[in-house]
Amino acid sequence: MNQTTQLKNAIEVKNLNFFYGKFQGLKNVSMNIAERKVTAFIGPSGCGKSTLLRTLNRMYSLYPGQRAEGEINLYGQNILDKSQDLNLLRARVGMVFQKPTPFPMTIYDNIAFGVRLYETLSESEMDERVEWALSKAALWTEVKDKLGQNGLSLSGGQQQRLCIARSVAVKPSVLLLDEPTSALDPISTGKVEELVNELKSDYTIAIVTHNMQQAARVSDFTAYMYLGELVEFGETEQIFFKPAKTATEDYITGRFG
Amino acid sequence: MPDKHLSSQFDAELNQISTNVMEIGGLVESQIRQAIYALSNFSVEVADDVLVTENRVNALEVEIDREIASVISRRQPTARDLRLLVAMSKTTANLERVGDEAAKIARMVKSIIDGVAPRALPSSDLRVCGELASGLLRKALDSFARLDVQTAVAILREDDLIDQEFDGFVRKLITYMMEDPRTISASLDLLFIAKAIERIGDHSKNIAEFIIYIVKGEDVRHTPLADIEAAMNINN
Repeated sequence: MNQTTQLKNAIEVKNLNFFYGKFQGLKNVSMNIAERKVTAFIGPSGCGKSTLLRTLNRMYSLYPGQRAEGEINLYGQNILDKSQDLNLLRARVGMVFQKPTPFPMTIYDNIAFGVRLYETLSESEMDERVEWALSKAALWTEVKDKLGQNGLSLSGGQQQRLCIARSVAVKPSVLLLDEPTSALDPISTGKVEELVNELKSDYTIAIVTHNMQQAARVSDFTAYMYLGELVEFGETEQIFFKPAKTATEDYITGRFG
Repeated sequence: MPDKHLSSQFDAELNQISTNVMEIGGLVESQIRQAIYALSNFSVEVADDVLVTENRVNALEVEIDREIASVISRRQPTARDLRLLVAMSKTTANLERVGDEAAKIARMVKSIIDGVAPRALPSSDLRVCGELASGLLRKALDSFARLDVQTAVAILREDDLIDQEFDGFVRKLITYMMEDPRTISASLDLLFIAKAIERIGDHSKNIAEFIIYIVKGEDVRHTPLADIEAAMNINN
């Protein structure tokens, strides 16, 4: 517990409400996401966990009629401010989706594409960055001899790690993972989970997962959400061993019905 | 809290393990009563019964642990399900040890019957103490079945009584041995029996601690009784 209080927060969410038109998707959510830790969001479908993740880099701003109220402070700066530059925000807060979404271009360009939007690098610097990002995503040894191949030619698990490499390449401070392994087989899932564990020494990670055991395995903190509300948030070990709330216990023990 | 899981099979598996734990509990409880009866009545037959039951207890212990490992591997239990399974495994181990203690008493009784030592020793004190211990175990099993924390705390308190009885009995035996060295051999047998009974009390206490672990999620082993009582009152 002492450890918790000493942690630095990367993101502080305060009284966050979110609306899909008239429907309220998040109800007065307040929580802190600790720096260089993995925070997992669990809960039944429609509980608001993906919605919350999408507010953290304002992915929702792409859709008209969706709005957020409250505060989301990323290192002290409220990203819900109208003045927030969304492209810069998404470079600082990267996102990986449920289904792998490689661009229909070479493996090399999949990584370089995003980097070119924010930085001007020489050819050799770019080569280095691509290798660095692919190594970070534990994909380098598998693809180093076929960087010119189309990203879509990779297996599902490799594609997902390519997407993680693409996010990492622009050197974000936060990585958002939205059910990153739900389309992957157990071996690929294992590799992504291992990757999450390695990436957390450099990045703050927030992960949404339907797989409770995955949340238990990879995260330091777990948030249980239900019907748009944050029901319980605490250290993962405590949530899975001795949750404070009955609702949380019912969900994680499979008594939810 | 809804008592049922989405998976009724999971419920069935947990219930089966609970039933087996209660069965092993019932077996060792009868072992204690038989051992005490054998002691009071110098009955070789009843002492032998205790030893026969031991095989059944041992087999059941292995079966329960197999079932628990199976559920853990297939269900990845969490929270109170996990605590229940951990506690059932440890409770079973404690119950099996109680069975061992009862068998130890039965063997001692046979050794006393075979011996030529005087029988004018305070074995009735042991019967009282043994009944206290078997009553305590029964209470532990009942409150395990009902997950009753209040009774569990009461058991922790009562085990102290057995410990006091044991200390008193040892002093008494010492007096006998000093007065008449011919009683030393039989006194030592009784001392081992008393120690076995005292251990049974300790195992009941351990089981009571596991009940608190299941319900409250607190590991109260090696915690002073006063602290446990205070914590349980606050939490209630």
